Amino acid sequence: MSRFGTLGANLYRGQVSYDFVGKRKIWYSISAVILVVAIGALLFRGLNLGIEFKGGAEFQVPASSATISQARDVAVKAGIAEPIVTQLGTGALRVQTRPLSLAETNALRTGLGEMASVPASDVDAQIVGPSWGADITSKALQALIVFLILVAIFLSVYFEWRMAVAALVALVHDVVITIGIYALTGFEVTPATVIGVLTILGYSLYDTVVVFDKVRENTRGIAGQSRVTYSEAANLALNQTLVRSINTTVVALLPVVSILIVGVWLLGAGTLKDLALALFIGLLAGAYSSLFIATPVLCQLKERDPAMQAVRARVEARNAGRATGKGKGGVAVLEGDEGDSGNADDASGADLASQVDADAEAAVRGGGGRNQPKRTTKRKR
Amino acid sequence: MAQQQTPARPGRSLVILTLAVIGLIVWAFWPGVPNSPQLGLDLRGGTQVILKPRALNDQTISDQQLQQTVEIIRQRVNGLGVAEAEVTTQGSGNNAAIIVSIPGVSDNGIAESLKQTALLDFRAVEAETAGSPQPIPTPSPSASASASATASPSASPTASVSASPSPSATGNGAPVPNLVRAATTTPSPTASASASPTAAASPSPSVSPTTPADALIPPIQSKTNDAALQKKFLELDCSVPGATSGGTPDDPALWLVTCSQDGQAKYLLQPAFIRGTNVTDASAALPQGGTTYVVNLSFDTEGQKKLAEVSQTIYQLSPPQNQFAIVLDSLVVSSPYFREPILGGTAQIEGTFTQQEAKALANVLKYGALPLTLDLSQSTSISPTLGDDQLKAGIAAGLLGLILVALYLLLYYRALGLIAVASLMVAGIITYCGFVVLGRTIGFTLTLAGIAGAIVAIGITADSFIVYFERIRDEIREGRTLRAACDAGWVRARRTILAADFVSLLAAIVLYLLSVGGVRGFAFTLGLTTLIDIAVAFLFTRPVVSLMSRNSWFSKGGPMTGLDPKRLGVDSIPTATTTRRRTRSSAGKEA
Repeated sequence: MSRFGTLGANLYRGQVSYDFVGKRKIWYSISAVILVVAIGALLFRGLNLGIEFKGGAEFQVPASSATISQARDVAVKAGIAEPIVTQLGTGALRVQTRPLSLAETNALRTGLGEMASVPASDVDAQIVGPSWGADITSKALQALIVFLILVAIFLSVYFEWRMAVAALVALVHDVVITIGIYALTGFEVTPATVIGVLTILGYSLYDTVVVFDKVRENTRGIAGQSRVTYSEAANLALNQTLVRSINTTVVALLPVVSILIVGVWLLGAGTLKDLALALFIGLLAGAYSSLFIATPVLCQLKERDPAMQAVRARVEARNAGRATGKGKGGVAVLEGDEGDSGNADDASGADLASQVDADAEAAVRGGGGRNQPKRTTKRKR
Repeated sequence: MAQQQTPARPGRSLVILTLAVIGLIVWAFWPGVPNSPQLGLDLRGGTQVILKPRALNDQTISDQQLQQTVEIIRQRVNGLGVAEAEVTTQGSGNNAAIIVSIPGVSDNGIAESLKQTALLDFRAVEAETAGSPQPIPTPSPSASASASATASPSASPTASVSASPSPSATGNGAPVPNLVRAATTTPSPTASASASPTAAASPSPSVSPTTPADALIPPIQSKTNDAALQKKFLELDCSVPGATSGGTPDDPALWLVTCSQDGQAKYLLQPAFIRGTNVTDASAALPQGGTTYVVNLSFDTEGQKKLAEVSQTIYQLSPPQNQFAIVLDSLVVSSPYFREPILGGTAQIEGTFTQQEAKALANVLKYGALPLTLDLSQSTSISPTLGDDQLKAGIAAGLLGLILVALYLLLYYRALGLIAVASLMVAGIITYCGFVVLGRTIGFTLTLAGIAGAIVAIGITADSFIVYFERIRDEIREGRTLRAACDAGWVRARRTILAADFVSLLAAIVLYLLSVGGVRGFAFTLGLTTLIDIAVAFLFTRPVVSLMSRNSWFSKGGPMTGLDPKRLGVDSIPTATTTRRRTRSSAGKEA
């Protein structure tokens, strides 16, 4: 715990840092592989849709001495061929059938009740018309599109369009991965799953917004200096918010995990489990993508901007000049900075990297080479 | 930045919040009204039916049609005598869904009676036999067809004389003159079994051993009463699954072969002579001195004319041709016979009805004439046992989640974590009271999905605290005093929290507006808790942290404060006097 605590400080100063932006190719490749597998699974295996999407009837018989084959016999005797009977973790039996008429439903319900020696009203029944699934799917797609448009507008106004694009790329990445995992594992997709996936939208963005807020702060006024490139400043922001991202993700996951545990143990199946599972997968994907996808994509977009290219050129020229003197290319020794505007209060031992927070100029001033990985501490403490 | 906006009076925010929370608690726990959240059906057992209206011929559904349908369903639900049942709509036009929630009743049969709000026709009966084809009576169809056109021996029952043909409209509902008597009543199979044999018994039952190859499903229609239709009538087996599920509208202008709703009888019916829209009123009543209920009917002008015409023609025919069938959703609800011509526009159906049966039939007659067909989208019945289990599981998951999050926050943030945990509790209290109050005021029901939303929200709420605390630590790393760090950190965290919560809220609103059923409950709680999160962060967490920053123990940053300088990576937390900062923070100014 305490090591993790100090890690936060070191990350903040850039003393420990991971080059998320620079190593993007590795992570893009990893994501690309995952996405290809996910899309492949979706295309070739398809999703295991629950009866809500196919139409059908589902019964749940309270735990009793009745066995799966008994339940199957009851259904077959009621004239319902090929029922799918599963035993839930709680011992309850779940019987899924083709769509049934109400008369058949009542007959089967009574039969199952007799089998488990409980009143028919204790057998939970659900009948789903064939159009229901199509309805939810179209509603979910509608919600997805409307949400994406609104979020794009909001992020464009609050940040800028490039951040909106990067955030949405990360979002789509998360959703595709989540759906792909469902295709791959064959987890049942129910309306609760759909809710879960839609909720990921909001969650995945939460992390991204936190990171981008910091990126924006670190890069304010960056165009007017020549010490750090946009990517470097953004990478520092990522590292500085790393502890935050980890903590928010852990804290978001804990309740989801507890829903998952309780849902599986106490109920066996149903809304809680389906919802929590989708959230669990989506949250992990969301945490991953806000670190490894969203910001690197943003940096790529930004670096195409002529203004940022100019910054990069100046920084590179400057580093090249410095390298001749220092030998160790690119590692700017902070104390050596002549400081273009020469603000005196930086001269103190106060961490230069932290100036990023203080104001834009300071951010820029202190930034030289701070995103070099594994940079050794070079200041006395 | 905007440090000067930082509230300098944390006490005031706390007082406001305390008053608001006390007010909320009092409101929620006011004696004499329900003091717990209104639970959804999945938590207390019950039946939820989601119906999709469909207009005939794929027309667009107007709001008025939808409203009318909902009104009718509501009447029907109320007619079932179930307390607290609810009928709501979501969406509009062809995307509309009607959601019926019936708490405490775990019975899929309800869906059946609600769905019946379909097309209602009155058709003259051409032939009627038992529902299954085993004892097939062949009522020489050609003969009966011709017979129906012209009058024949007066085989009318003795009862026909009883009613006086004075068609004067005597007070509505008063069981008077004009009449029809029920031969078959819907709801109870026993009633129809005892009644229909008289009708079906007539012809010689020449048994044809037809095996129902491809099961015929009503409605079976034809332009004329031809041989093919009669053959189908003979072959029709009402005990085949699906034969009595209905739901397919029939064309009133065509002949119809169909089953009774209970599958006990099947009918060959003439084109409709009265449409359901011609019925202006129907009610159940207990005639003076009577022991069984009757259903009184009145018709509009067109209906009166047709009824007079048809009843005059067929009342003298021999059974079953003196009957007419009330056809709902292409299935026969009831097939009374005419005792006498009905000239006055009001009629009475007699039979061995119980009050409930009479009411049900009256409802069908009165409200059955809907311009919309209803498809069953989903019907879920949950037993109170499972409901209770789900509620317990939801609460257990919530507690477990809360404990895990609290432990993590305490371990990582120590004393600051304690503030976070306290904030979560305040948020929890507000959320619970909010559920109670909203349940009473706007009928908000807490479903399992809603509980899940609230649990997930623990994470979102705690995230705001983390964002703030990390900011404070960042500011301290920059050499600010604790007090300055708390203020400056808040200004920055505030923007992030608002932006991130806004996105969550946006997701919740979009989900709420574009979803059906359980999703809505989830979206609602998610949105509500996001708002509560903002309120708690601004009115509780922030002021408490602010107060804390003035505390000398905290300012020193001991290991238990969560602001241990060693972990933050600074030598010590500067105090106001040692701050090297210039005027960048409000604390700097204050100091």
